[in-house]
Amino acid sequence: MAGPDLLEVVDVDVALSGRMVLHDVNFRIDHGEFTGLIGSNGAGKTTLLRVLLGLQEVVRGRVLIHGEPMTRSNSSVGYVPQKVLFETDVPVRVRDFVALGIDGHRFGLARRTRQTYELVDEILDSVEATPFANRRIGSLSGGEQQRVLIAHALVSKPELLLLDEPLANLDPGSAQEIIQLLHSVVANQHVAILLSAHEMNPLLPVMDRVVYVANGRVASGTTDEVVQPGVLSSLYGHHVDVLRVHGRVLVVAGDDDHDGSHVADHPALVIE
Amino acid sequence: MHVLLEPGLFSNDTVRTALVLGALVSIVSGVVGVFTVLRGQSFAGHALTDVATAGGAGASLAALSPLAGFIGGGVIGAGAMDAIGVQRVKDRDVATGVVLGAATGLSALFLYLITLQTTTTGSTQSILFGSVFTVEPSTLPDVLVLTALVLVGLAVIRRPLLMSSISPELAAARGVRLRAVGIVFMVMLAVAVGLSAIVIGSILSTALLIGPPASALRVSTRLSRALLIACAMGVAATWLGIVFAYDSYYWFGSGRGLPVSFFVVVDVLAEFVLVSLVARRRRRLLAPFGRGARPDHVGWI
Repeated sequence: MAGPDLLEVVDVDVALSGRMVLHDVNFRIDHGEFTGLIGSNGAGKTTLLRVLLGLQEVVRGRVLIHGEPMTRSNSSVGYVPQKVLFETDVPVRVRDFVALGIDGHRFGLARRTRQTYELVDEILDSVEATPFANRRIGSLSGGEQQRVLIAHALVSKPELLLLDEPLANLDPGSAQEIIQLLHSVVANQHVAILLSAHEMNPLLPVMDRVVYVANGRVASGTTDEVVQPGVLSSLYGHHVDVLRVHGRVLVVAGDDDHDGSHVADHPALVIE
Repeated sequence: MHVLLEPGLFSNDTVRTALVLGALVSIVSGVVGVFTVLRGQSFAGHALTDVATAGGAGASLAALSPLAGFIGGGVIGAGAMDAIGVQRVKDRDVATGVVLGAATGLSALFLYLITLQTTTTGSTQSILFGSVFTVEPSTLPDVLVLTALVLVGLAVIRRPLLMSSISPELAAARGVRLRAVGIVFMVMLAVAVGLSAIVIGSILSTALLIGPPASALRVSTRLSRALLIACAMGVAATWLGIVFAYDSYYWFGSGRGLPVSFFVVVDVLAEFVLVSLVARRRRRLLAPFGRGARPDHVGWI
């Protein structure tokens, strides 16, 4: 008999400042799966990630890791935040910053061991960040910083890695490199990934499942199961068409009377 | 003609006490100051100096130890700032400004009351601008213990403190209790300001707290080096200030010396300007190698 899923979100409602922002959220993630958390800006993706980190209380429902209730700072979960602005004068090398992923929450006088730095170097190598291991974190480019943040999250050996909009503000080349890097992390380290983005097309080649957020509600499943007119129309509350062109997905909002359609201002939209 | 380091200078008990006191205060200010600058709490540090002024003046009125007044006032001020919301970036300036305004008003009242009690301005001058040559040697053990407590405390919380200074969001996700770490740090900051106040005065203690750390951060790639450089620069500025102030008794033939705090602040400023020039030259040197790059054959720290 199979054990519990790595992550299980069951009947979760979330409110911010008294306003319900997520209703009846249900989805699962299993070991080694690459899941896209797709939704427009303000849809509630970051709030949902904060729930999974134990930083946001839920009004109703449960979040389970290995079948057990989620606790704050669970070592099974790694996190890459949406935006970290490293000041240029922060006197912290990349190696030391990644090491904080192991001991940054610990109090005490203990010094770091050689084993800690060996692990750090191994992780930096796995995300191809070794060439800038001794540079200040504030001196790195956006793509380099993303690699370092991923290394920081991976160094504590999590089973699930949450990434909040890691592709935002990256040029297409750097974004593609980060996606391939994360794909190799899933394949080689068997880490499950939940990556939030407002655009799903760059993720289509690597995504096993999608969790689609709109109007405070969530649909989850494989891309083919979720990204179809019936499911998305139900989520958005009005008619939506899904077009597939050269392997890309275009989600187009149609008028309810079907007298035509126009391009919707929402996440999965692609015009190329 | 006399020499700057006249024979017997270091056998003078007053000078020796001042030098030891200056070194201890510079070290604790340097270490706390590096984290203060990293956390963007320089304004909060400055506000605590005004709170320390009120504490020092209050202690003087009540005939208590000035050190106890400086530190007590600072700790109360740190608590007030935390209660208002100094930990939250958007509320930081508001919390600091409210406490700063209240403390300045209280200082004005206490200092006025002091002038009613005495006919000289010595106490006011001493509270605001320090008088390291008048500190009793019996104060040294207290300063030593407080310095040790702050340094050991900071060493214990250094990683969560650094993590929360770099990215509060990442730190919270790793389970760091941001508020608890922030409060502990604010108390250490208040103690550092109080210690510094007895050497260069409450008003000018910002100079030791911010100047050497800001200089150190401009040229250090590692935290440990930034801490060492900040401490070394602080000690150098304070010791030079003490020596110059002692020597200034001979400068104008009036038999009166210039204040130590003036020389310390000038030294701190000179260090900052010098380091900024060196850092700028270094950046120009490295520019051809790319952003943030440092080739192996070019090294300074």
